[in-house]
Amino acid sequence: MRLMHYLRALRGIMARELLRFVHQRERFVSALVRPLVWLFIFAAGFRSTLGVAIIPPYETYILYEVYITPGLLGMILLFNGMQSSLSMVYDREMGSMKTLLVCPLPRWYLLIDKLLAGVLVAVLQAYTFLLIAWFYDIQAPLEGYLSVLPALVLSGLMLGALGLLLSSFVKQLENFAGVMNFVIFPMFFLSTALYPLWKIQESSELLYTLASYNPFSQAVELIRFALYGQFNLYACIYTSVALIVFLIIAIIGYNPSRGMMQRKGGPAA
Amino acid sequence: MTLNATPALTVAGLSYAYGKKKALDRVSFAVAPGECTILLGPNGAGKTTLFSLITRLYDSREGRILIAGHDVRKEFSRALAQLGVVFQQTTLDLDLTVLQNLHYHASLHGLSRRRADARIREELERQGMFERRKEKVRQLNGGHRRRVEIARALLHEPRLLLLDEPTVGLDVPSRKAIVDYVHRLCSDSGIAVLWATHLIDEIYENDRLVVLHKGAVRADGSIPEVLKTTGAETVGDAFHRLTREAA
Repeated sequence: MRLMHYLRALRGIMARELLRFVHQRERFVSALVRPLVWLFIFAAGFRSTLGVAIIPPYETYILYEVYITPGLLGMILLFNGMQSSLSMVYDREMGSMKTLLVCPLPRWYLLIDKLLAGVLVAVLQAYTFLLIAWFYDIQAPLEGYLSVLPALVLSGLMLGALGLLLSSFVKQLENFAGVMNFVIFPMFFLSTALYPLWKIQESSELLYTLASYNPFSQAVELIRFALYGQFNLYACIYTSVALIVFLIIAIIGYNPSRGMMQRKGGPAA
Repeated sequence: MTLNATPALTVAGLSYAYGKKKALDRVSFAVAPGECTILLGPNGAGKTTLFSLITRLYDSREGRILIAGHDVRKEFSRALAQLGVVFQQTTLDLDLTVLQNLHYHASLHGLSRRRADARIREELERQGMFERRKEKVRQLNGGHRRRVEIARALLHEPRLLLLDEPTVGLDVPSRKAIVDYVHRLCSDSGIAVLWATHLIDEIYENDRLVVLHKGAVRADGSIPEVLKTTGAETVGDAFHRLTREAA
């Protein structure tokens, strides 16, 4: 009976997230336009200037577009994680978060449900992007489209948990833009999404170190290998550990006795 | 002790502070089943803080809150299952339909699809909103949105209904409809209601009053009791004296 309650709540939260997503078509379009602009314009423009040597999982020379495709999948997940986090802050300000938090289920479970719902939407976007890329002749082996699914889910969870963590500490909506700039851009540019690690190392040892410890790099590598049917154990462990750490901090942040709901100075009673 | 004898809500010695600023100071009162208790207090009295503690959005180690006999801190799941809330701000999803909003709530409370359908129909029909179930909430006016929120709070058949200034911003007919409806709920279904307001005209003669001011309970009892202790002739007068004397 209790288990049914948990499952029904999960279904309800996921259904709501999907409905909201369907109702906000512009969100879907803009979520797709961003990586597609990078793919069609940025990658095409840089194709000749950024030569990529043969590195695993690739077995041959590849076009730059092919190299950045997993990075752009990561970008979709990253933006989605931040988007859900933004909507958490919005929900909190608008009050709809309260509806969720006063239901008789543990808060950690509700947060994980929220996270899963966000990932569901992100994965749908990621596959739509892959489909468009397919027609643009960026094609991975067929089995890669299946093996990339767990990698997308794990990376999406990790980035969603990061968003959740941020949302538990960001006080107001207007502060969020700053956080986004400080999180999204360094995370994205200091990663293997746009250029391989050795390329970064050529320019700066410091940037190389930062990029290799960036959890987003590991998420991108996990996706990159999975898209070609290979398993990157190190990236998987790194991403999983980051997920656990982010999630634990986020859950502490949302704990009623210690968390942000209390630190905000309270409502206008 | 029979189930009905258990208060729907017990607040005992509850204190809460935002940093050094004390928002609630040893607040104690109880709400019995079938009783409509008006939590009356001026703005800044601590009403919303009290509601945030009852709903476990905040947590306080000083004092206890029991909902239908279940401690909010120790048995939060059982306690919150008996609680329906209408917050001050609308918490409906404006882009979803009435039905979608209600189904979302039903799933959070673990209702099966069939049970949810039946309960949604029942609650919406009671408020004359069933015909509008497929409309987006954004298309509804403030009064109708509030009705949907009350229906939502009652879906899982709680024993205690909390309403935090639910009529703020509504026109007079909508306000009256909601005040009437909630009072009828108390007498007809036996649900306990705790209604926070600063509007004297929302009080009915059989209501119980808890006057909160500057975080402390200044009066607690039936209207005749409160009038007697304050020596006032009207509730408005009593409220004025209680909040003025203590200021």
